[in-house]
Parts: sequence; structure tokens; C-alpha cells
Amino acid sequence: MVNADCVIIMGSNMAEAHPVGFQWVMEAKAGGAKVFHIDPRFTRTSALADQHVSLRAGTDIAFLGGVINYILSHGLEFREYVQAYTNAPFLLSEQYQDTDDLDGLFSGYDPVSASYDSSSWAYDSIAGEEGSGRGPKEQSSPYQSGSGGPVVEGGAGEIANDPTLEDPRCVFQVLKRHYARYTPEMVERVCGVPPDLFERVCQAWTAASGRDRTAALVYSVGWTQHTLGAQYIRAGSIIQLLLGNIGRPGGGIYALRGHASIQGSTDVPTLFNLLPGYLVMPDASHGDLASYLDSIIGKNQKGFWHNADTYVVSLLKEYWGEKATADNDYCFDYLPRINGDHGTYRTVMDMADGKISGYFLLGQNPAVGSAHGHLQRMGLAKLDWLVVRDLTMIESATFWKDSPEIETGQIVTEQCATEVFFMPAAAHTEKSGTFTQTMRMLQWRDKAVEPKDDQRSELWFTYHLGRLLREKLAGSADERDRPLLDLAWDYATEGDEPSGADVLRRMNGVDLRTGKAVSGYLDLKADGSTACGCWIYSGVYADEVNQARRRKPHWEQGPYDAEWGWTWPLNRRILYNRASADPQGRPWSERKALIWWDAEQRKWTGHDIPDFEATKPPDYRPPEDAAGPAALAGDDAFIMMSDGKAWLFAPTGVLDGPLPTHYEPHESPFPNLLYGQQASPVRKVYGRADNPSNPSWPEAHREVFPFVFTASRLTEHHTAGGMSRSLPYLAELQPELTVEVSPELAAERSLHHLDWAHVITSRTAVDARVMVTDRMAPLRVDGQVVHQVWMPYHWGHTGLVSGDVVNDLIGVVVDPNVFIQESKVLTCDVRPGRRPRGPALLDYVAEYRRRAGVTPETGTRISTAGGVAGRPHREPSGPARPAQAGEPS
Amino acid sequence: MGLRRLLSSWPVYRQLTGPDKLGRGQAAESPRSASLEPRTEQATTVASSVCPYCAVGCSQLVYARDNQVIQIEGNPASPISRGRLCPKGAASKQLVTGPQRASKVLYRPPYATEWTELGLDQAMDMIADRVLDARRRGWQDTDEDGNTLRRTMGLASLGGATLDNEENYLIKKLFTAAGAVQIENQARI
Repeated sequence: MVNADCVIIMGSNMAEAHPVGFQWVMEAKAGGAKVFHIDPRFTRTSALADQHVSLRAGTDIAFLGGVINYILSHGLEFREYVQAYTNAPFLLSEQYQDTDDLDGLFSGYDPVSASYDSSSWAYDSIAGEEGSGRGPKEQSSPYQSGSGGPVVEGGAGEIANDPTLEDPRCVFQVLKRHYARYTPEMVERVCGVPPDLFERVCQAWTAASGRDRTAALVYSVGWTQHTLGAQYIRAGSIIQLLLGNIGRPGGGIYALRGHASIQGSTDVPTLFNLLPGYLVMPDASHGDLASYLDSIIGKNQKGFWHNADTYVVSLLKEYWGEKATADNDYCFDYLPRINGDHGTYRTVMDMADGKISGYFLLGQNPAVGSAHGHLQRMGLAKLDWLVVRDLTMIESATFWKDSPEIETGQIVTEQCATEVFFMPAAAHTEKSGTFTQTMRMLQWRDKAVEPKDDQRSELWFTYHLGRLLREKLAGSADERDRPLLDLAWDYATEGDEPSGADVLRRMNGVDLRTGKAVSGYLDLKADGSTACGCWIYSGVYADEVNQARRRKPHWEQGPYDAEWGWTWPLNRRILYNRASADPQGRPWSERKALIWWDAEQRKWTGHDIPDFEATKPPDYRPPEDAAGPAALAGDDAFIMMSDGKAWLFAPTGVLDGPLPTHYEPHESPFPNLLYGQQASPVRKVYGRADNPSNPSWPEAHREVFPFVFTASRLTEHHTAGGMSRSLPYLAELQPELTVEVSPELAAERSLHHLDWAHVITSRTAVDARVMVTDRMAPLRVDGQVVHQVWMPYHWGHTGLVSGDVVNDLIGVVVDPNVFIQESKVLTCDVRPGRRPRGPALLDYVAEYRRRAGVTPETGTRISTAGGVAGRPHREPSGPARPAQAGEPS
Repeated sequence: MGLRRLLSSWPVYRQLTGPDKLGRGQAAESPRSASLEPRTEQATTVASSVCPYCAVGCSQLVYARDNQVIQIEGNPASPISRGRLCPKGAASKQLVTGPQRASKVLYRPPYATEWTELGLDQAMDMIADRVLDARRRGWQDTDEDGNTLRRTMGLASLGGATLDNEENYLIKKLFTAAGAVQIENQARI
């Protein structure tokens, strides 16, 4: 990042949420880079940027679409890069219809299931897969494509293309037409950004891109927590690709993640639809290993995903050891199958409906930290049992005696049957192991001290829980118990603590013939001779050395610090860095040199480890029948993609459209000025009485919730506050929940600085101290003034400082690709004084819902293109789990 | 010599004659401040660690003595953080040593109004029983079309973004083998 000539920060308050990482932005700025912060609120990041641009929350794609239009209409793309490394020249099928033609919908839309059949989005020479997008939508399937990207069958073959980018059906021209309506005037009307300010961003971004210069793009959950979250990121990617800013020093897209190992918990997933290394969790259609492999590997695709059979079989060998053999499909049948949405919000609704017996909370506090806190707590109160493991007592463990629902009478302690186990956890200083940080780097921590009393690591807890389950099932003849009984659960231990180093080594992978750690995923085999728990981490224990533990000081090594920690894949610091050189293998410029082809030594070399086959020359052309890595040409820089190219247009795999398109948020006071389709046509709504939405255009009574609401973090607290509200230093630095409003809104609603006010949605009302500040300036959007309010979300009812739970304001509606909730933008009302207490609060909010005409159907008429509101999408109100024999009633 | 020593005990003399012309270092030292040493000097071990809050991955040095953390400092050798910590990272000694740390297993039986203490082994045993029971009650062999599901919908888990990779690996492996699929973490949120 320090090499960037321009840094665009959008959907992120980096100085606040990632303060130590922000030093690199400041260092780039000191070196002459221009820094722009585009955000509804003027923040600590804005204060240090060259320019802050305020926009209406939830309109980022309109802004980014405007940037794309600016680039294309002024001919400012990095043409050689775009021609060589992206799918811009590829021709699309004649069946493809754009949002331009269909009032905001792409071809293939089915209003009944609110999903797309994406077969018409395919490349011209390759038939798209027929079928409804409904199944994939229910399974968050694009998330499963992971590091391989979605598969294009036949991607290794010749794809019809026009290298001049002139053919009207080529991706480049489609892109141009799709974004033609995103003019500076439209950006002003939708986002509230004046044209001169918008053009200043465009000029700086494009001027700092090209052969000699690069710009970096930074985002965080300000982009992901939307019904269009994946498309926000796609829009940013399109700009960075058009400008040639991917795979190059000082370029890139920085997804700043919020927890010490949230990258790790995605790579080594505790997620329902993934196995380690972004392998797909099998679904009900996968009868055996062969059908599973068939579905994840393209028949004639390029790239390293083609080797997925070696990754899968090696994982099964790590899971079930000697029991996994070629004869039994390596125990593939032991894997449970998914067949729908099993995401955390679905699960919580099932809890509230009495369908789930037991729940583990492992270092997580959903009663405060997840959207719709009330629903979370009501779900907990319906469980048979709950295990909470944390450093300190948190709200999710004590809901039965002191939650807000006790005050309203919705939970009565003496009538709440949930059995709760609270297990104290070991802290980061009391156990050894790795975190994977936001830049994909694994860093090992050494244990400093032993935990006390009953404090234990999750490693200890899981290992011994597994041991007990296996002991209790020993001798069972039930075939259902075989996966547990046959599990390879033989990790080395130190005392009664399992060895984290041994677990990491087995995630790295072991050659079963020699017993030695493998040196990388290229060593993995599909014949059962290797075991590997997470193929993308393969190499972290190369040469039997814990590479994540390396700590060579930065003053003793080069600019990419290859000997500090270990970055997946194979310690490459910049992904797709083949694109830092031109198609002939020469750096685009001396100033931006990273890796290059050394013709004398016949290999790639440079400052970083090449993210490319080391000895494949730039002019290599694959034979016609090649597949997998062998099918990658010497200038196919995007080696994981099934066609070797970066995708400006996504011919498959993204459920809400092949190109990012502006739709209004689920809750918005404004109509979509660009199309008749108001909000995302494939967003996932949960129309239930306990999950109401505020009315949105074209529904009536929008004026009941007239303001735009957004929420985010403070430096001094951490998410749900379990690790910060109980610390004296941090509690003193940020003692109280506040709501930020502009002086204009304060005057309109009689709010006074530091007095109490409350914020209301159709879910609840929340108290906070008023902060009257210019930081939340009102915007003029399409001729109207719009007020935005902001709150930090760290408070709950325990800790040294306490306050209402801001997440209680937020309902659940999610992005169809990844099932992440839209919590960065909703609508609300703000009133002076404190909210009513106890049961009176319920009456107060019910009266708001009555005035706004809110029913479970509000917000669920998803399709509005052509001026016709479609059918509502209500939850089928299924019965609770039927009681079974032997079950306590 | 006596006079010389007496004179050098006078800060102004040291400031005028010594290298510390501004009187902000050695010249201003009193016998008490000269005898002070940083807390880190008392440590018998220093562990190389990583901050547990956000995802930047700032390096920490954890100073300990007698199995007690006595100080946590930024590690200047890190190419990521260059020794810096933010307010949270700088407060992490309070996180690991403060009185808010729970150290005993607590149990709330159904309908109870207060916690009771429970032995760790007994708690583990009770939890294992409940996992097997919930697993059985929520078990599904096949879907309505007869396709294999081989899973349980009776139990779920949330958490992982604050845990180690090795821990997440075992959690996913164990629950998958048990047939549980509703295994999630903050990355979904």
C-alpha cells in the first residue's frame, strides 16, 4: 500500500477501525499519494485524507458506476492490460439482455422465486448451464466458488473474442452501454455528490493509474453489509481492472477484515457451505465422490482449480485417516449434505420456532453483535441447551436473567427452560496457534503463560469433546456413528492440551508414504497417498518448519518481508502478480516492477514470489487438448480462473447479475432513479411477523421512518464489546452510546447536544446521548434534503459501561450470494428524550408499525420492474419441531 | 572529589557541564528516577504474540513472570506494525489479566434464577450427552426424494473469527463428523 500513488477508501473507516494499518496510508500520502475518503460521515479517516466525499448511504454502486462510465467515455482504461488480462474481448451470447433493456433486470429473471437463470449470460461460444438460480440462491453458492471462482465449462478452449474491443457483443462494449446512464448528473441525483467533487475523484483515480502509476482501493464491512454487498466489491474490482491496478505494487483491493482471524475462519471455515480451502460442502445431489468432483471441476477448464480432486481426497484422508480408502470413496459418504440456507440467521429463526435443541457460542456474542438482537435473544430462550465459551460473562450467556426482554416481559426467567453452560476460555496469551490476518498472512503466537482454573482453549474443548463423544459411542453398531468413530482424532498432545503445531502441520499436509510434511499443494495427490487439511495453507509447514512462526525483523529483509510469517498461497504476497508484467513478461514500467521473465535463466523472478508457474515462458501457448494448469497460456495471469482471465463481466456464479447495478437499499426513502426495479431483485427476505421491515418505495407511509440510518465501530471498542466494555482504559475512553445528528436535524427534531434521544425502527427503539455535529451533514438528493444518522454499535447491558443494543434496530434481509445482512443502511425516526421502558416500549413500537402500515409482507414484494409490484415473499409459517418420544415436553 | 560529587548531584551543574544541555534526560535524573527500571525488566520470559482484536495483525511481545503477564508491548521488528499498537492493543494486558476474566464453569439449570458452579469434567460430560441427544433428535437420513443427507439439524454453532486456525479446523472437523451442518461464524455477519 505504501507504493500507491492514490488511495481510495470507501465503505471503510480505516483510521478508526484499523488504526495501525493506516500508518501505511499515511506513509503513501507522505510520499505524494492522494487520499480520498468516500463515506456518508466525516470520520477520523476523512480528517487525514486529502478529500472527503459525502454520499448517501447505500448508493455506492451508483457512484462507482459513474466512475466506470467516466473511464470508458473518456478512453482512460489501461487498454493493453484490459486486452491481455481481462475478459473484455470475449463475445457474449445473443440471448443476453441487459438492465438497459429490462428496466433494471437482466435476462433470465423468475419473479416467483426471485432468482435468475444465468444461462443467457454465458460467452457466445460456450453454452451456459440451464437451470434455475433458485437452488444456488438457497445455498449461498457463489461463496462456495471460493478461490477457484465459478467454473466456465470449456474455459480452456478458444472463446470467441474481438481483440479490438469493437464488436457490440464483446464484454467491453456491453460494459460501456450498461454504465452509460451513470452520468455525473445521475451520480449527483442519486448519491448527493456534486459533479465537480465527483470528477475530482475520477481524475485523481485515473491519473494515478497506468504503466507508471497505481492506485489502491480499500473497503471494509461498509461495503459488505448490504443486500448488494458482493456487487459493491465487483464494482470496485471492475474499476481496478480497467485501470490495470490488480496484481501490481501499490494497486489492489484491500478487504480490511475486522477480527484477528476472520480471514482464517473463512479459509478454514466454520461456515455451513464450505469445507477447508473453499471446497464446496456437498449437497443432496452429490451421491458419491465422482459426482461431487464432477460438479466442482469444469471438464475443460484452465487453472489450478482443475486439481481440486487432489485437494478433496487429501482432506478426506486427513479427516478419516486409514479408514479412507479408494474402495470406499475415501469416506466421502461420511460428509453431511446441505440442501438449503443453513446460515446463522436462518438458524436463529429456526431457534425462535423451536426447531433447534442445542447451540454453541464460541467467542461470539450474537445477543449484541448480530443483526436483530431481539430475535437472537428470543431464539436463545427457546433452546434446550446453550454452551457459551468466552473470556468474560457476556449478554448471550445471561439473556435469561437480565436481557431487555426481561424488562418487557417477553422472557420470564422462571419460565425459560434453556439450560446454560458458561465455560471460561483461555486468552490469546495462554495458548499457541495461528491467526490469519487480513492480508492472508498466518502468524504463529507462542504461549506466554498457562490459563488458570477452568480456563481452556477451544483446541482443548473441541479435542476433549470429540474424545468424550467417541468414548460414549464406542461399540455402537449404528452406521450413523461411523464418521465419529472412524475419525482420525490422534493429534499429539502436550499434557492434556492438543498440540496446535501438530494440527497446523496436518493442515499443511503430510506425504503418507514418507511421513514428511509436504512442501505445497502441488505435492498433493488424488490417490490417497497424501493427507492435507487445508490445501491453500499447504506450505506453511514446508521442510518441517513452522513457517508462520518466522520473525525476521523488517530491517534485515527486503520490501516484501518474505521471512515474516507466511502468506497463502505459497507465501506469495501479491496475488496474480503475473499481471505486474506485460504479456511479454517485462515490467509495465521500472517504477512499478514486481516480477518479470528472466530470459537467460528461463524463469520468473523479482521482488515477490511469482504467482505463476515459475518456468512457464510468456509466449507459451497450450496444446489444444490441454486442461488445468497446463492449459494456462504464458500470459493467462489469473491462474485460478477457469478461463485464465479477470472478469469484468461475470458469465456465471454471481446470483444477482453479471454486472453491478444500482438498486436502492431494502429500506430507502427514495425511488430508484435509474430503473423501475427498486431494490435488489434477488435479495433474500425473511417475511415474518418477528422480522418486520420499514416501508420502502413504492410502499406507502415511508414518511414514518424518514431518515437514513447507518452504524459502525469506534477504535476504543471491539464489535459486541465483550473484549472492550469491561476494560477500564477502553470504557473510560468511550463511556457512552451516542447518536450523531446534524445541526439541521437537531433543530428539526428538537434534539440537544448531550441530552437523550431515541432512534426508532419497526423493530424497536434505542436510547442514546445526542451528538450534534457537522460530521453528519445533510445531503441534497434529487432535489430533497436527506438527513442521515449514525451510531456506534458496541454497547449492551453488561460491562463497565452499558447501553442499549444498536443491533436491535436492524432487521434481517441478506445478500443472496453470501447471506450477509444489510446492516449498513436502513431507515429510522429520531425523537428527543428517552424511549419508553418495559411493556410500554412494545406498545410504542407497535404504534409506529401501525402508523406505517407494517405487516410481515412489507418490503417483501421484491420485483418492481415495469412499475408492477410482484407477489410478496413471506415465510411459510411452518409448525415447530414435532415432539418426539422421550423428549421432555 | 567530595566537592565534585556534591556538585554533580546538582542538576543545574550537570546540565551546564554535561551533554544534556536541555535538561530533559540524564541531567534531570534524581536518585529515585535513576533507580527506576521498566516493568519489562522484571520479566523472566518474553513470548512473541499477535494482537487479538482487529485483523491487521500487530505483533506483540508478552512479558511474563511467575506465570503472570506483567506487560504487553508492540514488537518493533514487525514489518506490519513496526512496534505500534492502537488503544485496544495497548489495553490488552487488561484484557488478559483484568478482574472481568471468568475462571470457573457456571451452570444455569432450566428455570433457575441464578448460576451455580459446576466441575469442568462434569460439565464436559453433560455437554457430550446433550450433543448426542440433540444429534439424534435432529437426525435426517435422506430428503423427501431419497437423497442422502446424513446429518443432524438438532444443533448449531456460532464463532471462530476470534479463534485460532487450528481451533477452527478441529471445530469444523468434529461437527462435520457428527453430522452437524449449521456451523457458522462472524464472517457471515
